[in-house]
Amino acid sequence: MTTPHAAPLLDIRDLRVSFPTDDGLVHAVNGMDLRLSRGETVGIVGESGSGKTVTSQALMGLLKDTSAVVTGQILLDGQDLNALTEAQMRAYRGKKIAMIFQDPLSAMHPFYPVGVQIAEAYRVHNTVTRKAAAAAAVDMLGRVGIPDPRRRYDAYPHEFSGGMRQRAMIAMALVCEPELLIADEPTTALDVTVQAQILDLLSELQAETGTAVIMVTHDLGVVAEVCHQVVVMYGGLCVERATVADLFKEPRHPYTQGLLDSMPSLTGTGERLRPIPGFPPSLLALPEGCLFADRCPHTGLVPDGACHTRRPELAGPGTHPSRCHLTRPQPAREVAR
Amino acid sequence: MLDPHVPPSRTPRADPSVPTAEQVATLSPPSATTPPAPSSAAEPAGARTLLGTAWLRIRRSRVAVGSLVVVALIVLFAILAPVLSAIEGQDPYTSLTGPDYLDGVDTPGLPLSYYRYPSTDHWLGLEPGLGRDIFARMAYGARISLVIALLSTMVSVFLGTVIGAAAGYFGGKVDMVISRVMDLFLAFPHLLLVLSLTPILQSRLGGTALDSGSLLPVASLVIILGFFGWAYLARVVRGQVLSLREQEFVEAARAYGASRRSIIFRQIIPNVMGVVLVYATMLIPTNITAEAALSFLGVGVKDPTPSWGQILNAAQAGNWYLSDPWFLAVPAGALVITVLAFNLLGDAVRDALDPKSSRH
Repeated sequence: MTTPHAAPLLDIRDLRVSFPTDDGLVHAVNGMDLRLSRGETVGIVGESGSGKTVTSQALMGLLKDTSAVVTGQILLDGQDLNALTEAQMRAYRGKKIAMIFQDPLSAMHPFYPVGVQIAEAYRVHNTVTRKAAAAAAVDMLGRVGIPDPRRRYDAYPHEFSGGMRQRAMIAMALVCEPELLIADEPTTALDVTVQAQILDLLSELQAETGTAVIMVTHDLGVVAEVCHQVVVMYGGLCVERATVADLFKEPRHPYTQGLLDSMPSLTGTGERLRPIPGFPPSLLALPEGCLFADRCPHTGLVPDGACHTRRPELAGPGTHPSRCHLTRPQPAREVAR
Repeated sequence: MLDPHVPPSRTPRADPSVPTAEQVATLSPPSATTPPAPSSAAEPAGARTLLGTAWLRIRRSRVAVGSLVVVALIVLFAILAPVLSAIEGQDPYTSLTGPDYLDGVDTPGLPLSYYRYPSTDHWLGLEPGLGRDIFARMAYGARISLVIALLSTMVSVFLGTVIGAAAGYFGGKVDMVISRVMDLFLAFPHLLLVLSLTPILQSRLGGTALDSGSLLPVASLVIILGFFGWAYLARVVRGQVLSLREQEFVEAARAYGASRRSIIFRQIIPNVMGVVLVYATMLIPTNITAEAALSFLGVGVKDPTPSWGQILNAAQAGNWYLSDPWFLAVPAGALVITVLAFNLLGDAVRDALDPKSSRH
């Protein structure tokens, strides 16, 4: 929304995902909206179970042919991905929209050399000879910063270090030059120095190729480093959307404030962290009111106990809406970072 | 082991309280020929595939190498049957009857003692009753027995892998139907079924292209044994695939646009090949004994075509083994050695393919 180019690359409208289980329907995503322009990076932040990963799986169409119920529209270049069949979706996966997984070791096939897997991903969408695909894979390995790519082509995933594996995974995702890359916690399994290298690499490649990136993470530090826009998710809903600068400067939703408060501060002097009390709502039976009401310190400020009876809309200024009954944002506590 | 379709006696999760023959064998003190541990340092540290590691482990285990050699010798014995019987100067079909060879007084048909036991003319003696050369019959019989065992195992392994993978991958109704069919196959009293179906199949195949010489009984046994041996493997493969399809690398393959066929054949099947290979090496001896049992009971390979079971049958038919157990000892001994070698090899393959095994 911050960069209203002609038409957004990705426009998600009222995405809802639920999974039937023996205990009833689990409402994992409950009306998600998201817009993304070409070349932009948006971060999706939230704790475990907030619907981040399910959203990205729905985007990739990985929930097709499962028991999951996906409604709403996922418009990529105007084409509704949610309306496509599994077979039609296959043409989009990898080619237009690709994904990086959290754990590259389990996301790569243990029996095939890394290069072969990248070449395979290339051959799915390009009718070329094996030799040409191998050349493309070697080239891609070089571009993601793997030294001696020709020799590394024949190495197996378990012979790579964690950072190298994630580089290879990125190579696999980008080899067909997709327009949208979904990175599902791409740095969670890595240590901090490698994490920084991988984020730099992603930014470099993005600048080179103009790929739009959705960075799914629970790490606000990652968001601050690479994202333009941030969407904060809670209970399968977007509770706040803002540019990175606005979000850190002026978090509006009490949940976002809680998230920022619970981050250790770099300048802190042994101050205790302030975790958000309570637990996320059960996705089996969502409360009628605000999903965060039970953990929110400000419910007393809203008249008539509306927080517990009426679910707030995503409202506020166009560049920084939040889903809270408090029209005026609470004064944000000072945020170190 | 008459029932050819019980699960192999040593499935990957064998009773740990019973030491396998291999474990017993490895208890013997290590000999000086055992390569010292540091030899692994000489191997290149990189690019070692699963199969490469497995081969290395097999080479380092004396039991594995021993059983591999025995299996190779048995296969050579079968392949070289015409050569070997030509060297011996005999063939498997010529009957040497008459008082020069066989006793005609006390026990009519019993070979005279020179012809009963190994000699330079007849390396394993003559068959009682018909006076045919046992060595030549054993060699040619090995061909039939091994061909039946290998082909029926291939049929079972193919069916089991494909059907099990389909059940595991597609799940839902497909899985339910296939699983019930597997239960049905596993619940049947196989020996009875095979005993009654084999003659029917043989008469049905009569007159078709398969009806020429010894081809008919071989083909019918391959079909019957193969068709009734897949269910157990299918169940094992189904279980493996059920867990594999949830693995992230399968999701990652979907995420780059891989087709369903490519996911099944490129991503999932290679991961179950270890289990399948182990099962196959264990199914071969089961099918060898099954062929022997069926031929022994008279529904398998028929005289004059030699097979090890048929040779056993011939020794039993006229109660000849009561006169001299030697007639039983030759085919039974060959069966025991073969089955033992294949089973030990299966054990070794299983150990070698187990990534958690610390044995090198």
